[in-house]
Amino acid sequence: MTTKLEMYKTADNSKITTWFKAAPVSALPENGGACIKYKDLQIAIYNFSRRNEWYACQNLCPHKMQMALSRGMIGSEGDEPKVACPFHKKTFSLRSGQNLNGDCAAIATYPVKVEEGYVYVGFED
Amino acid sequence: MTRIVVIGNGMVGYKFCEKLRASAPASDFKVTVFGEEPWPAYDRVHLSAYFSGATADDLLLAPRSWYEEKDIDLRTNELIVAIDRDQKTVRSHTGVETSYDKLVLATGSGAFVPPVNGVEKKGVFVYRSLEDLDAIIDFGKKNAKSAAVMGGGLLGLEAAKAVMDMGLDTHVIEFAPRLMPRQLDEAGAAILKAKLEALGIAIHLSKNTKQITGNGKLTGLDFADGSRLAVDMLVISAGIRPRDELAKGCGLSTAPRGGVVVNEFLQSREDKDIFAIGEVASYQEMVYGLVAPGYEMASQVANQLCGKEVRPFLGFDMSTKLKLIGVDVASFGDPFGEAEPSTSIVYENKTRGIYKRINVARDGKRLLGGVLVGDAAAYGILLQMIQNKMPLPPDPEDLILGARGGKEPVGAGVESLPDEAQICSCENVTKGAISNLIERDGISKVDEIKSCTGAGTGCGGCIPMVNDLLKQQLKAMGKQVKNVLCEHFDFSRQELLDLVKVKKIKTYDELLNRVGKGDGCEVCKPAVASILASTWNELIVKQDSIQDTNDRYLANIQKGGTYSVVPRIPGGEITPEKLIVIGEVAKKYKLYTKVTGGQRIDLFGARVDQLPDIWEELIHAGFESGHAYGKSLRTVKSCVGSTWCRYGVQDAVSFAIQVEERYRGLRSPHKLKGAVSGCIRECAEAQSKDFGIIATEKGWNLYVCGNGGSKPQHAKLLVTDVDSATCLKYIDRFLMFYIRTAEPLTRTATWLNKLEGGLDYLRDVVVNDSLEIGEELEREMAFMIQTYACEWKEVVNNPELRAKFRHFVNDTNGDPTVSFQEMRGQKIPAS
Repeated sequence: MTTKLEMYKTADNSKITTWFKAAPVSALPENGGACIKYKDLQIAIYNFSRRNEWYACQNLCPHKMQMALSRGMIGSEGDEPKVACPFHKKTFSLRSGQNLNGDCAAIATYPVKVEEGYVYVGFED
Repeated sequence: MTRIVVIGNGMVGYKFCEKLRASAPASDFKVTVFGEEPWPAYDRVHLSAYFSGATADDLLLAPRSWYEEKDIDLRTNELIVAIDRDQKTVRSHTGVETSYDKLVLATGSGAFVPPVNGVEKKGVFVYRSLEDLDAIIDFGKKNAKSAAVMGGGLLGLEAAKAVMDMGLDTHVIEFAPRLMPRQLDEAGAAILKAKLEALGIAIHLSKNTKQITGNGKLTGLDFADGSRLAVDMLVISAGIRPRDELAKGCGLSTAPRGGVVVNEFLQSREDKDIFAIGEVASYQEMVYGLVAPGYEMASQVANQLCGKEVRPFLGFDMSTKLKLIGVDVASFGDPFGEAEPSTSIVYENKTRGIYKRINVARDGKRLLGGVLVGDAAAYGILLQMIQNKMPLPPDPEDLILGARGGKEPVGAGVESLPDEAQICSCENVTKGAISNLIERDGISKVDEIKSCTGAGTGCGGCIPMVNDLLKQQLKAMGKQVKNVLCEHFDFSRQELLDLVKVKKIKTYDELLNRVGKGDGCEVCKPAVASILASTWNELIVKQDSIQDTNDRYLANIQKGGTYSVVPRIPGGEITPEKLIVIGEVAKKYKLYTKVTGGQRIDLFGARVDQLPDIWEELIHAGFESGHAYGKSLRTVKSCVGSTWCRYGVQDAVSFAIQVEERYRGLRSPHKLKGAVSGCIRECAEAQSKDFGIIATEKGWNLYVCGNGGSKPQHAKLLVTDVDSATCLKYIDRFLMFYIRTAEPLTRTATWLNKLEGGLDYLRDVVVNDSLEIGEELEREMAFMIQTYACEWKEVVNNPELRAKFRHFVNDTNGDPTVSFQEMRGQKIPAS
């Protein structure tokens, strides 16, 4: 089993050593997400095209340990971008990773950049 | 501390307790209440709801705990058998004596049973208490196909509705030459009769029952005119008889036609410490058989005992409005125009079954009374005009004919009422009191008004007026009452649906750009997706990122992140060949299989990337999507029906298949389930479905708004004995009306519970087409049926859509964290 929560740590922007070339932009639906594999990690990437923003976080929902966040709907609460887990609609900030509608553990978030039609996710190792 | 004993725990007795405890500290009065029935006071006015699924608990006015909280000693199951006025005690059937300082008789009334030979026979019932109802239901289910109700008055027609709801052939027998002789004139009664006959109730007028025939159990009735009627059951509801035997027994005067004689302070003639209220009281030889005057008496006595100044009771307006078996009937003021010289204005429309009559004083300045049948919307305002002696408009006919020739109706709005106008007569709540609540306390919901003032909690007749008043007041204050979807749309679902239609909006983004704000969320996205699908019926995966995950991947997500697959098996009928295909597909993809509650087969444990391959094989074998993943029609369950079953009276399977194929893929605010049973035994459990169809000898009975789940609710009978085409027409209208008006994720049962006017209103819209949108709803449904396409077929044949079904976008493997273990020879998610 690789669904271990502790495998996912929010990446510190100043310590990024690896920019992983994850997928072409066209593989990500507009205003939606998809999942990529990096080593043993599953990372959800969101193309928030309405805001012209990209986000990445762990695919694992800490509520019931389901690999599902990439399939969740994204949106906003006030100005805060968020994703809702498809299983029980727990919502998490895509910026801070905090659970917005309960007291689940925060999810790990990762920096994203887009260059020449490709999406890159930043990792510390 | 004054000791008060109340004999009788009915609606009026309860009201007395409520008023007394509300007006004085509990330490002033020690209150003991005796009720002969096993349960605390219940709502006798809405007794017939018991037949359409309400429970005894639903009907309770207050639970037992309320009496405890209010420090009221409630003794149910205890019958008082004697009053000793010298000792000031009452004695119960167990011999226990209780002392009083003040005694309140609220014993109400019993059913009046006319002296007819044979009333003791088995199968003869009275319609009065919950125990009577239990006996009627029990007997009717086991032993009867037909029932007669003796009495064509208000109570009799209530009883007729109840036996009709039980599915029995219903006859009403009335001694007078017309129905409701005390409330309606001849023409109004004739319209009511025609309407009830159209519903399948046989009405027999001018019938004097001579004899109840049968050997031990009744078999029929013999009338004085020589005619007879064969029935299996008789319910007597021919009037009331005040329960004044206790008063008689202790030497109090009673009126010749029954009832304890009381003065204007509701005191008995002989003993000022004994009061009589409600239907046991007779004031000037009049017994008031309605709840409003009873409540008025209860308040008056409670106030007197608390030392408040009271208005003497000088009679009570017997105006009444009610819905009888779906027909609005009202009678107000002086309905026959006989009390003083008057002129009548009459409007009659036999085609639509509407009759309206108002009696205007000779001088043309005041309204005296009238009768409304078929459309009683004007009742509230007409009654107010009488009670407040409001001036009549120059053309009084406007009051019943409404605006004609572009004119607004004159003086017919709630805004023209004075503040002292009584809106709720049961609870004596004035317009001013309600207006104050709305203006000063910021109240904006009818429910809040009900709980703050009690308005509308008695007979419920004033609720439309309370509603109007609320709307008008809020409008006047420049406020809008709204039920908004979420922070991104300042609109209700219904408003958004209208906007989508009118502005021809086809995408979520366009709607958000044009009428919304922010970036959307998990509430508005699927709600709008549902609206768009219910309006345009386009392929939902075209806008996949606004769909909830089940609709995005056209399958049901399960524990561990795999999906389940449910092919449609209409009506639960499947050939052996197709069963084999399902088995082979399940075997090939190693899927766990289980028969669902909706008579189909669910295949669990498919990875997202396997879904298109699985469906390709299923579609090739002739299956289509079962929409188990959608807020849409799921299944129409059926029993085997008349083709095989020796009891079946209609072909339930064929009809279930027809219905399921008609509504397959229909997106709605929540999931929809249906069922068709081939006979009254109801093996398909249709009464637990959003729409349930039960075969009768003559056609189909249609039930709506049932629900299983955590809060089960029986479906309500909408129409009886309709043919297949009519049944489909009504389901079309019902479903489309629900789709148009329900809030997101609201099942039909909850929707109906919140629907103002309830089942009667729904029936008005669907069956009587009161909003005149029937054809429009049918057209909309026809569009949905014509544009139906199997979503999976589209996906399977479209490489671009197929490509979306993968777990990783940068790796062709499936989710490596998915793992299974074995149980009873099949796989289940690893724990």
